[in-house]
Amino acid sequence: MNGHSGADAGQRFLHKDRFPCLLEQLEAMGYSVIGPTLDQHAIVYDRIRSVDDLPRGWTDEQQPGSYRVRRRTDDAWFGYVVGPHSWKGYLFPTPVVIARAAREGGDWEFKEADDAPPKFAFLGVRACEIAAIRVQDRVFLAESYVDPIYEGRRTRALIVAVNCEQAASTCFCPSMGTGPRCTSGFDLALTELSDGFVVEVGTAEGAALLATLDSSEASISQLRAAQAARRSASEQIERSLDTRGLRDLLMDNLEHPRWDETASRCLSCANCTMVCPTCFCGSVEEVSDLAGGRVERRRRWDSCFNIDFSYMNGGHVRDSIRSRYRQWLTHKLASWNDQFGTSGCVGCGRCITWCPSGIDLTEEVLAIRGDAPVSEGSS
Amino acid sequence: MRDASRSAAAAGLRPWRTHTVRVREILAEVEGVATYDLAFRDESAGAAYRFAPGQFNMLYLPGAGECAISISEDRATSAGYRHTVRVAGNVTKTLTGLRPGDTLGLRGPFGTSWPITDCIGRDVVLVAGGIGLAPLRPAIGSLMRNARQFGRRHLLYGARSPESLLYWRQYEEWSQAGIRVHTTVDRADSRWTGHVGVATLLLERLDAIDARNAVLMCCGPEVMMRFTIAAALNRGFAPDRIWVSLERNMQCGVGLCGHCQMGGEFVCRDGPVFRYDRVAPFLDVEAF
Repeated sequence: MNGHSGADAGQRFLHKDRFPCLLEQLEAMGYSVIGPTLDQHAIVYDRIRSVDDLPRGWTDEQQPGSYRVRRRTDDAWFGYVVGPHSWKGYLFPTPVVIARAAREGGDWEFKEADDAPPKFAFLGVRACEIAAIRVQDRVFLAESYVDPIYEGRRTRALIVAVNCEQAASTCFCPSMGTGPRCTSGFDLALTELSDGFVVEVGTAEGAALLATLDSSEASISQLRAAQAARRSASEQIERSLDTRGLRDLLMDNLEHPRWDETASRCLSCANCTMVCPTCFCGSVEEVSDLAGGRVERRRRWDSCFNIDFSYMNGGHVRDSIRSRYRQWLTHKLASWNDQFGTSGCVGCGRCITWCPSGIDLTEEVLAIRGDAPVSEGSS
Repeated sequence: MRDASRSAAAAGLRPWRTHTVRVREILAEVEGVATYDLAFRDESAGAAYRFAPGQFNMLYLPGAGECAISISEDRATSAGYRHTVRVAGNVTKTLTGLRPGDTLGLRGPFGTSWPITDCIGRDVVLVAGGIGLAPLRPAIGSLMRNARQFGRRHLLYGARSPESLLYWRQYEEWSQAGIRVHTTVDRADSRWTGHVGVATLLLERLDAIDARNAVLMCCGPEVMMRFTIAAALNRGFAPDRIWVSLERNMQCGVGLCGHCQMGGEFVCRDGPVFRYDRVAPFLDVEAF
């Protein structure tokens, strides 16, 4: 063994001094680089123009209902887990114009949005977030009708993943089979060391990009350091979700008393759906000029927690918090599988962190599993 | 992965593609209900347009929004596409302001359709409540043509009152084509000599029917459909030959916006017409 196992073969090392060239090269290729930055005491995704925009030396601490940024003892550039933003803010933006109507010569004329889609390079994509993008690919691109906004942005996007080297208390990606290691779905994947990055190539585009940079072959000690850094993320994960028979467990327990108990704590604020990287619900609003002859149709994120979401013909189908929380959890963890052949949850823990009541879906499942009647044939 | 997403997208249909349609005619039906006959302004789009009984269109009034309206008459009897609309909200109210010659937007057709081919060689029972007769009328048209293919055909229709019986002028024509029309009202007036009570009672009393082999299609208020299903199962109808048309908040029409979900089903895309056994687990769960 010389340390170059098959998985590590061909990995390169990019010194932090050379990292600005990556940003410059992406800009030169026409990409807008989006990555982590510190804003209003949170690490969020925004336009990155230089390495100075990165949250160097900052980390996040997460608990149910709690998120705080803290100074690190070192100067790590990607030394946090995940914040309130996810990449859906760029691939499935809100608000966005999906169509237009104009009255011309007395008749209404209709146009689909034909704006040139922006070309994004996403920097700092985590393994759970790659999984979330894959889930939204399934929703927006793989059915007979395709979302043109998502399609235009997604097919042009470049993904530079960065492996997690730490975990939050709210993380449970191993339970969902989505992380913490980035294994596919990226153009390049980085593992941060103190002086640079070990770089893995995922696609031909990634390889071409890397070839323009002044990288060197990763040494055995660099590869070992990267492995150790990634392992520390795995070792820190303490939360789990038992997914065995989960779909049937939830669908067989739609009248479980736990839904009432959860409803007494849930504020129906929709935070969980806004921070969830896979939630895809939207509503279209009409934005008219004063004369009423020109109308934009703007889509905004919507949420099954909003009471009007199910409004129909004089009434709300889901008129209680109990019914709305049940809708969200059963969709995310059960009926999503029926619809798309995958769970809607990637284990990122955002819904736990950003719930003002600290409702933890892993605990909810545990409660339902705990005293759920044993159903034959399931689980 | 990116290449895979690209090729999937290349084959995709465009959800927001909207046609300009012109109001040809507005037919007053019963109180609060009118039928809009809509013709495509672009003749080639009109010629290419195909729908099956039970499907719906999204009608779009710029500035007000869209509403999901089933196509209420099949093409053979109409030069345009007929949509029977009950005023229920902002968009349907705005629609009442249109006059013949005005234009609006149309996306569609969307959703699933009534199982007409499954009816071949079988007795057929249509059960409708109120405006629920509108999505069934194209199916009536299909059952009138090629009548010999089908067994005995019954329409059981319940309305609130004698004056709210939709399409009453056509019952004679349907009867002459061999469809037995049974009506009932919740509240009779002094001239009414027919049945009084819910449509379920008509189903319980129906005798000329081979329930075990018959197909039942139902559209009406959800509570009415639940009782109809219970009565049908009681009479020996098979759960996989009972079909219902469900209504939910629909915005995109193609399963992308999430509003209309019922369990794993997108009612706009996987419905609105469902085989009963597919949605049976959800129909009795309150507020699901």
